[in-house]
Parts: sequence; structure tokens; C-alpha cells
Amino acid sequence: MTTVTTTPTERAYEPVIGLEIHVQLRTQTKMFCGCALSFGDDPNTHTCPVCLGHPGTLPVPNAEAIHFALMIGLALECELAPRSIFHRKNYFYPDLPKGYQISQFDIPLWRSGRLGDVRVHRVHLEEDAAKLVHAGSSGRIHGAEASVVDFNRGGTPLVEIVTEPDLSSSEQAGEWLRLLRATLKRLGVSDVNMDEGSLRCDANVSIRPVGTATLGTKTELKNMNSFRFLERGIAAEVARQEELLRGGGEVEQETLHFDPRTGGLSALRSKEESHDYRYFPEPDLVPLAPTQAMIDRARTALPELPGARAQRLERELGLPGDVARLLAFRSELGDFYESALSADGATDPHTLASWVTVELVARLGDVDPAESPVAPEALAELVRLISARSVSGSAAKEVLDAMVADGGRPEAIVVERGLGLAGAGELDAVVDRAIEANPDAAEKVRAGTAKAMGAIVGAVMRETKGRADGGEVQRMVRERLGLG
Amino acid sequence: MSELLELTAARAAECVRAGELSPAEIFSAYRERAEADDLGAFLWLPEEPPRPAAATTSADPPLGGVPLAVKDIFCVEGAPTTAGSRILDGYRPPYTATPVERLAAAGAPMLGKTNMDEFAMGSSNENSAYMPVRNPWSPDRVPGGSSGGSAAAVAAGLAPWSIGTDTGGSIRQPASLCGLVGLKPTYGAVSRYGMIAFASSLDQCGPITRDVTDAALLLRHLVAGRRDPCDSTSVDFPEEIELPSSHDLGGLRVGVVPELSEAATIDAGVKAVFDAALERIEELGGGVEEISLPHSEHGLSAYYVLAPAEASANLSRYDGVRFGLRSGDGDLLSLYERTRAEGFGDEVKRRIMLGTYALSSGYYEAYYGRAQRVRTKIAEDFRAAFERVDLVVTPTSPSVAFRLGERTADPMAMYMSDYCTVPMSLAGLPAVSIPAGLSEDLPVGLQITGPAFTENRILAAAHALERAFGFDSSPARRPAAAAPGR
Amino acid sequence: MIDREQVLHVARLARLELTDAEVERMARELSGILDHLERIVELDLDHVEPTSHVVALENVLRPDEPRPSLARERALAGAPDATDSGFRVPSPGAAAANGS
Ligand SMILES: [Zn+2]
Repeated sequence: MTTVTTTPTERAYEPVIGLEIHVQLRTQTKMFCGCALSFGDDPNTHTCPVCLGHPGTLPVPNAEAIHFALMIGLALECELAPRSIFHRKNYFYPDLPKGYQISQFDIPLWRSGRLGDVRVHRVHLEEDAAKLVHAGSSGRIHGAEASVVDFNRGGTPLVEIVTEPDLSSSEQAGEWLRLLRATLKRLGVSDVNMDEGSLRCDANVSIRPVGTATLGTKTELKNMNSFRFLERGIAAEVARQEELLRGGGEVEQETLHFDPRTGGLSALRSKEESHDYRYFPEPDLVPLAPTQAMIDRARTALPELPGARAQRLERELGLPGDVARLLAFRSELGDFYESALSADGATDPHTLASWVTVELVARLGDVDPAESPVAPEALAELVRLISARSVSGSAAKEVLDAMVADGGRPEAIVVERGLGLAGAGELDAVVDRAIEANPDAAEKVRAGTAKAMGAIVGAVMRETKGRADGGEVQRMVRERLGLG
Repeated sequence: MSELLELTAARAAECVRAGELSPAEIFSAYRERAEADDLGAFLWLPEEPPRPAAATTSADPPLGGVPLAVKDIFCVEGAPTTAGSRILDGYRPPYTATPVERLAAAGAPMLGKTNMDEFAMGSSNENSAYMPVRNPWSPDRVPGGSSGGSAAAVAAGLAPWSIGTDTGGSIRQPASLCGLVGLKPTYGAVSRYGMIAFASSLDQCGPITRDVTDAALLLRHLVAGRRDPCDSTSVDFPEEIELPSSHDLGGLRVGVVPELSEAATIDAGVKAVFDAALERIEELGGGVEEISLPHSEHGLSAYYVLAPAEASANLSRYDGVRFGLRSGDGDLLSLYERTRAEGFGDEVKRRIMLGTYALSSGYYEAYYGRAQRVRTKIAEDFRAAFERVDLVVTPTSPSVAFRLGERTADPMAMYMSDYCTVPMSLAGLPAVSIPAGLSEDLPVGLQITGPAFTENRILAAAHALERAFGFDSSPARRPAAAAPGR
Repeated sequence: MIDREQVLHVARLARLELTDAEVERMARELSGILDHLERIVELDLDHVEPTSHVVALENVLRPDEPRPSLARERALAGAPDATDSGFRVPSPGAAAANGS
């Protein structure tokens, strides 16, 4: 108990948040048997005696799952256990065919790492549970609800990542999880899709008076299967705990379930004997002691990670932080950007970045630009035309529309559609006509009201269908009105 | 026909390969014997024999089509497999255990499934959920356990040879009580894939046979020169298993362990046969010296923590969801609790309770942790002993076959049956039991153990002693005994 | 020593329904066995490493190569209560409500 003199109602609190993330690995086969992983296939079509827990069957670990787990630990800068072992975690549940889950316990594969500002407590390997599908009331047993077990998912390789409680707001938690997701995606070890459950996140939440170092009683939040729900769930729980403490109450250690429909939290019924898992070393498996060759292979497989890439883009190209992060976290955008940049050394990195992260993204949404008709060199060429003032901004957008629809090279599209900037000769007459047609505006501009210029420039743009360079038109108007 | 049944399996296989016998002839002779089983040795016989060459990979299989009695703990695709338990009543596995598959491929097709103590937990076969097994040497006595059906079938001539499993003595003790050769290989030598688990870090499959040569022949094909990729704990056996030919023990140093052979639990009659065996060893040129395994007397305690602990988890899969028995009144908890209450017998429940308790919060270190450390000490004891001697001998079982019902009321008395066999299991060492003589007209076994992967050495010594003992493995040939069914 | 309460607790962990008579007998028998096992408590094992396994193996792994799965009918063949596509069980919620 802390001894603080202020009354509970006045006290300011800060959240202390840790995350526990489960990542389904994208191997060919399950963790301990040769069944191919299932992606929404018919129930119970990816099972075998091993993953159904038949008598006499034995687990044999998947080498690629170990390799992926090694990559993850290296990416999170963890310390490798020279020799780690698997344990049995014992409990009964219909989605657990053997009555125990093979997991790691006191000696996880990795410990003490870091990603961004957050310390990683441990990283370990385990097997996923099967899926329990509620089947409504059973006709067979009066009044009882029935479920059906689908073992397709059972035994999928899982990596569990547990952070230290280093996060202090729901937004920060969301932001960090995005970094982790981008990192795992970049590693190519998982689909990291929260909707589909290949990335799952639980949060441990407690609050403490600002300025104190003690940890309050924490609650565990489950089932937040999107970034938005994660942030909303944590925010709701922080608010709930504050209200509780301010009211003189106490936080109880419990597991809470986030309901996305109501945005509320409800306590999961505490299972009897909930936490006596009777862990003991799995006698069917031998220790895991990664050899130098295994570690080297994992290290060689590491790509440049999003955190490092964002820093490099910021440092070397001078891109703004948020643009650099967007390019790094959505690595397909970053790849497209860098490929366009290298296509033509003269392309302006800033303009290109904005055309990738704003214009291209606006047109493609979540689609990987590499899979669109737009070639990176073509976008680089478009940016060069813009920089050389060969095409106006609005005409360039029209060119990009055409590229997204049918591909092609920008110069050809400009010629074909007559989108090139109007030349000086053509503009002279157009500008003259625009001044004539807007005498009031011309008078106001002469009198010093600069914004009246808009009407004249607008008229020019209308007549040239946007092919005029706005700056150049303004210069010509001022010249003609004797202000140049 | 009766001459055929007198042949050892290896001799029968030789006759087949020499064209003197046909595999079909052998199979049907034994099939007929097995059908007439009145000992409770078999739980199941196939409707019709497998086509001789069906499972074999060569036209001239080394095991000659001599059929094999298979303990009901081995999964065989499509064949009822119960591990002696009600909870697996009606279960037909979708796959076949590696040892059964390997032996079938080498020319030993399955003759039938033999009775056993439920989930291999027991030393008398009285824990079978289906029926007890009688000892062919004396039908009111137990055959030992848990591989009691396999031992009784071979001893009574209902099968030429068999495989069983040994966790703390379940091959060696019934072999001893039935006057047979029973070998528990080095842990990891034989694949455990498809062998229903009792205690995973101890379970090993091995042969129960009429003589040492048959045991060596089966072991050779169980080991098969390669590890099983389906079992993470299986290893490549470092050498070929030889068929033993040794006639003496010249130069072998043989250790005797007072902690085991002179324990109060060893019956006087057993001790007398054991002492006579030591004299034989010296007559054959072996040097007998006393060694100490100071922690071996704690083996039983460690074993009865570790094995039930592992078993408590291994048996969690029997939950009424995917296979086997199902009970309950509609909610999930009762599905679990009733299915398991109705499906498991008393001894299995006792061990699940013991193991669950030993692993439960607050007791893990006191029981499981300490037992694991005792295990380390026992392995170290053996390591030190094998610096001084080549082999260690002990009585296999503290007593000869006891009467049905004699020990069922006292679990601890039953557990004492494993006193001499458990230390080798904890250390993962190979050990064979061979019949060394009779006490009260009942067989007494001698256990011979050596360092890991010295099966060839052990079998060679066993072979020399077998010749010297001149033990007749058939109770039926004993004038004093009228074997049932004869 | 293990009392009635402990027997009931362990039986629940192990999902074993015991009759009253079984509870009594189990308490007596387990106490007897534990008495015997307690002899290892007297040993000095402070600096002894635990042995989980006697095999000196490490990194026994399997290549990530798919093998055929069971046809669904075969997977469901032995199930005491199967639907066309899966294994039917009472919903866990019902168990928690009725349990403890
Ligand atoms: Zn599988």
C-alpha cells in the first residue's frame, strides 16, 4: 500500500501496460505434425493422428518453425537460451486434444529483447489450440448448448511474445503493435492478420499514481482482434480502473473480455483451478539448442526491419518522420518507393514520397502497388515531369488515374491526351481573354487585393483544362496589369 | 504339427527359408492354438490371417512369416486397440505403430493382440479391464505384468514370440514369472511411435521370447538399423544387433549389487537360484565382484513419482471427445469426469491421482523435482559401476509368480515387484531377464544389464548362461505340470 | 498425508469423478504410498541436476514438408458424437456454469 496524502479522487494516475502477442507462423506444416496449415478450409480436413491426439502418437518439431522463431528473436534483439526445453501445460478443454498444450515455460527460446521503446520480456514457441464453433442448442441433450470442434487450426505453430509493462497509453500500445506487426510482416514469418487471428493480442493493464514506481493490480484483457479494439479496450479498462480507485475501491486481478459490439468489458468466468497447469518437461521432445549454423541461417534471412528503414529514410533522404514510417511500416509501399527512386537518380525524393503515400495510396487502398499496372519507373517519370513543370499538378493526377487504370508511360499519356502544359504563346491569348472577361477582378488586383487574382487564374485553368502552370499564369497576369 | 510348435521362432523362420515349412502352415498352427487360449492371454485375433507377403517388403523375409503376438498397447490400423482399458473399448486406430510395422515388414505378421494391465500399469495383469491372465506354469498364479498376456501366450505355446513394453519392469518381470527371455532395450533404441504411452521417458518396446536368439532376432528388426523420424527420442543404434553365439563369459567382469540382490524383499528361493547363477557365471569364466548402486534402493520411490506424473498427462487425452468411451449428463465437466470415472480402472485412477498430486502447485519440487534428482543419482551410480564391471546382474523379480488376488488389496506390495527392474529403467539402460532355474516349481529370472547400447554384450552373456542353465521354457514339457488345454 | 479435501481437489484437476467410498479409499491409499515415497525427501540432493531424459539428444527436428492428412470421415470415424463436419461437445460455458 502506498502512502499518499492526497485523497483518491484528486490523484492523477498513469496506465502501465504490457502486451502478450500470439503470432501464427506461416510455415507449410503444423508445429508437431506434417498436416498442411489450413486457411479457411472445410472443418477437420487438416488433421492426422498426431494433431488429433490419438493414443501412441508423438510430436516432432517443425524445423522451419524453429527457424522463424529464431528470426523473430533476432529481430527483437533478444538473448538466446543456449538450451531451451518444451513443457506440457495441463488443462482440459475441448480444443486441446491431448489435454495439455506443448509450450515453453521456465526456459523460453528468447529473453530480454527490445523493439522501439518497448522491452521484450520473452519469446517462446508453442502450438495453437483448435477452434470451437458454437452449434446452438443440441437436439440430443435437453436444454444443453453444443459446440463442434474443428481441429484444422490445432497444432499451428505459434510464437508468443510478451513485453515488459513499458507502455503508458492505449495509443502508444496501438502504435507499438503496428511496429511489431510491420516487423513480423517484413520478416515474412506470419500473415499477421488480426481479423483472421494470425496476430492476436492480449493486454495487461494496471494504473498507478503518477510519479510512483509501484505496480498496481493488473487485469488481463482478451479478444481485442483489431487495432481499434485494442486501443478502445485498453482505454476503457484504464478509465474503469481510475473510476474504481477514485471511488475508494480496489482493482481485482481478473481476466476481462472485450466486447466489440458494446465496446465494454466483461469478466470471464474464472475457471475452477484456473492456474494449476502442472507444467513439467515434455518427455516426448528433446531440448532445443540452436547451433551456430541455425543462428547464422536465421540472421542471414533477416531483411532490413521497418524501424531501421524508417530511420534510414528520414536520415538519408530527409523525409518527414510520419512519411518515412508509413513507407517503412507498409513495406510494400517502401519497396515501391525505393524502386522508383532508384529508377531515376534525378527524381525528387520528397515529391515522390508524397505521390506514393498520398496519391497512389488514395487510388490503390491496401493493394500492393507492385501488383498494380503502375510501374515504379513510370511513377518516377511522372514526378520528373512535375518537377520540370512539364505538366501541372492537376494534369499529373489525371495521368496517374490513367496509369492506375491501364498502365503506360506518363509522357505518352500526356501527349495522347494533350495534357502538357500550355506554352507561352498559347497562354498569352488565354490570359488576355481572362482579364477582359473579369474586369472587376482585374481592378481589385491592381488595387492590391491579391486574392482577387483567383478568378482570373481560374478562368485560365478552365480554358486550358488545367494544363497551365498556376505560378506562371499569376506572373503573366501581374505583368499585364502593370504589377510585375 | 506339434513338432512345428516346439520350434523356436528363429528355427521356424530358418525352416521356412529352407523351404521345409510354409508361412501359412505356421500361421494356421498358431492361430489354432491362440483360438484355444484359455489363459486369457489374447484380447483379439484377426478374423482371417493376413496374406503371408502382404506387409513384407521382400519375397524372402528374414522373419519367415513366423507370426507375432502383439501387446494390445500397440496401435494397429483398423484393429481393436484398447491398452487393456474400457476407455478404449471399440477404438480402432487410423494408423499402425512403428514396431509392428517394422516386424511385419521383416516377415513377422501379427497373430493377435495380447492382454495386459490397463495402460501397462500393473505387475500381475489383474488390472486388465477385460480379464485376468493365468500363468501357464500354474493357472492359479499371475503371469506378471504388465505384458502378462504376451508372456503367457509365448510360455503356453500359443504364440512363437511376442512384443511387450517395459516402463519399470513390464517385459522383464512377466518374462521372469513365465520362464521366458524378456529384453528391455536401451531407451531410444526402439521407436515408441504408435505405442500407447504410459510414462514417455521410460517406456520401451522389446521382445518376450522362448530363448535369447529369438530375442536378438526380434530386436534386430525392431532397431532396423535406423531411427524412426516419427519419434523425437529415437536414435540410430550404433551397431548391428548380432545373433549371439557365445558359449562362455571369459574375461567378463560381472557386478553384483547387494542393495538389490540382498534386499529384504527378495524371497529366499529366488535368492538361492540367483546365488547358483553366480556360480555358473564363474564356471563360465566370468569374474563376479560386488559393486554398489547406493541410490538404487530409492529407485522405486522416484519411479512411483515420475511414472504417474507423466501418466497423468498422457492419459488426459481420454476425454470422450475424439475416440473411445463417452459418458456424462450433458455438460462438459460431467462429460470429462464421468467418462474418465467409468472408463478407467482403480489402479489407473490411483496413478493419475498420484501423478496429478505430485505435479500440482506446491508439491512439484518436493516430489517431481526430487524424483528427477534421484534419477540423476541412479544414472551416476550405474556410470560409476560400469567403470569397474562390464555387466550387472540381479534377480529380476523379488518373488516367483504369486497367486491371483494375493496382492490386489495392497498397492505398495504390488509395486515392490518392480524393485530390481526400476533402476535400469530410470537410467535408460538395456536389461534382459532370462530364466535361471526354478523355485517352488516356478521359474526364477536373472536380470543382466549393461551400459546403454550394449545389447550385443548382454545378449551374448545371456546366450552363454542360457546354455549353461539348460532351462526348458515350456511348462507343458514338465512331467509334473499339466498345462491347461493339453 | 493427504486428506479428503486434497483428494477432491486433485480429482477435479484430473477430471475424475469419485464416489464417496473412492474418496475415502484414495485418501488412505495415496497416503500410504506417499509415506513410502517420502523416503526420498531425506536424501541430500541439493546440488544434483534433475534428469528429465536419459537420451543425449538435441534439436531433433522435422523438415517442413506436408504429409497427407486424414480424410474427414476417417478423422471422425471413432468419435462418440460426431456431426458431418466435426466433433460435438457440450459448450464449455455450460460446464463452467454447472461446475465448481
Ligand atoms: Zn496433423
